[in-house]
Amino acid sequence: MSDLKFVPGQAVNVRHAMRVGAFRVAEYRLRNMAKWWDAIIAFGIGNPVLYLVSVGIGIGALVDHSTGGHGIGGVSYLQFVAPALLASAAMQGMSDEVTFPVLEGFTWSKYFFAIGGTVISPKQIVNGIYLAAFVRGIWTVLTYGLILLAFQAIPMVSFFPLILSSLLAGCGWTAVMMAVSAHIKDDDGFFAIIGRFVIAPMFLFSGTFYPLSQMPIYLQWIGWISPLWHSTDVGRVLTIGQPTQPWLMVVHFAYFVAMFIGGFAFTYPVFARRLAE
Amino acid sequence: MIVAKGLSKVYGEFRAVDGIDFEVHRGESFGILGPNGAGKSTTMKMIAAVSKRTDGELTILGKDPNLKGPEIRAHLGVVPQKDLLDRELKAWENLYIYGRYFGLSKKFLKPKVEEMLAFAQLEEKRNSKVEEMSGGMQRRLAIARGLINEPEILLLDEPTTGLDPQARHVLWDRLFRLKENGVTTVITTHYMDEAEQLCDRLVVMDKGKIMAEGTPAGLIKDYSSKEVLEVRFGTDRNEATAPQLATIAERIEVLPDRILVYVEDGDAALEKIHALGLRPVTSLVRRSSLEDVFLRLTGRSLVD
Repeated sequence: MSDLKFVPGQAVNVRHAMRVGAFRVAEYRLRNMAKWWDAIIAFGIGNPVLYLVSVGIGIGALVDHSTGGHGIGGVSYLQFVAPALLASAAMQGMSDEVTFPVLEGFTWSKYFFAIGGTVISPKQIVNGIYLAAFVRGIWTVLTYGLILLAFQAIPMVSFFPLILSSLLAGCGWTAVMMAVSAHIKDDDGFFAIIGRFVIAPMFLFSGTFYPLSQMPIYLQWIGWISPLWHSTDVGRVLTIGQPTQPWLMVVHFAYFVAMFIGGFAFTYPVFARRLAE
Repeated sequence: MIVAKGLSKVYGEFRAVDGIDFEVHRGESFGILGPNGAGKSTTMKMIAAVSKRTDGELTILGKDPNLKGPEIRAHLGVVPQKDLLDRELKAWENLYIYGRYFGLSKKFLKPKVEEMLAFAQLEEKRNSKVEEMSGGMQRRLAIARGLINEPEILLLDEPTTGLDPQARHVLWDRLFRLKENGVTTVITTHYMDEAEQLCDRLVVMDKGKIMAEGTPAGLIKDYSSKEVLEVRFGTDRNEATAPQLATIAERIEVLPDRILVYVEDGDAALEKIHALGLRPVTSLVRRSSLEDVFLRLTGRSLVD
């Protein structure tokens, strides 16, 4: 039993509070993510190891054997798939932190409405959620990248450029997924549909496991609109010296930037509208 | 602290709040009483500077919430109807993280969190997750969270809805202490006993409009009699008996299950009923309440 002892209205420095809002939301999200640290670490390490052993080495041995040891484009199959796996991990890891958390915040626990009652603006909630997803992305690509190095799937010199290009793909994709999540009002299995009809085809048709040029021309468009293909293509230029054109590299990066800007442009107003409901 | 003039909120064709006027003064406990759908929560969202008004004027702490939302919210404590706690976090973490949203430092929050847990009588639940706590505890945690930024105004939206009687009384005790500590509170409720207990002054809302304003005692005095005699003659006979009862009281209300007889002396009125040769199945004399005020003003019961 205790009474309160405070002079109302003295504790908060409004200007400071308004300045740090997004970081405080990110702090909340990271604290929340830390509750699942064991799963995040296990997934971050287990996922690449399992993929590299099964796809890279298992299927890789088969591919390399059938090509007389030449692999694909003169490199081993493991080296061929490595950039795609890294980009895919970045996109998956980051977007995980904006899809279900946004649904949780608006629909399940409605916790965003509690945050919206504080100094923090809807835009800062968006930025904070995204910032925490970015931290998860950094952890994911660094872990994955180091494991790729350990498996000699990428050259040391390509490590940081590849990390950056994968993060860029993750950033663009995550902004788009955040916008999609912000629009969802009911948990009616929407993410399962996205997983089956968007992410799975994207993974299979983005030149992940074979060059996109192997596909008939009428299916190649799936790769062209897929952020995974754009990132994979950049990655292969960086790691295995795949020939490219400067304009194509510009297109790749412009695509990531467009997804990033478009994602935020479609997210901000939805957060503002929903939080005022 | 709060001034509303002609305040309105319109959703499409629906006028959820329809031109209401009220003022809340420093240190006051102000209530908004009304049934579900009266516009209480919509009004509260506008006061909380999260929902923009459609029309009229609203000033909170001297500022316009449409223009200065974050500045106003910095000095408000909000206790939403659904607690909106993070269920993954422990009790202390919910308080700590919420304080961080106001830009408060770790150094400030460390003792503040413990102070708030003590105020909410939740020291023993400090390290429990929200889902491990009872409804009453969760509501007290939400109130403690609403106070973490040492607000000038605490907004409580239906603070005891869904709680059992014991939990309600524990909560009332905490809220009464807030009042004693001089915290300005705005409470919406559809429980008239809660409004009578906690509010210095209140408005009665219905269909987006304010029907009456005053102190609980003043409203009862103005809109009802001193006592109410409740009599039951059986569902089939209540309606038929009403004309006879009307001769002994200034006002009666015939409800489906009983008749309310508004009089200054309930026992004397019951004797008169017996003298008329009427024999009610049950009878009860009680003081007038805000429920009676609401019935008078709207012709409907609060719990309809």
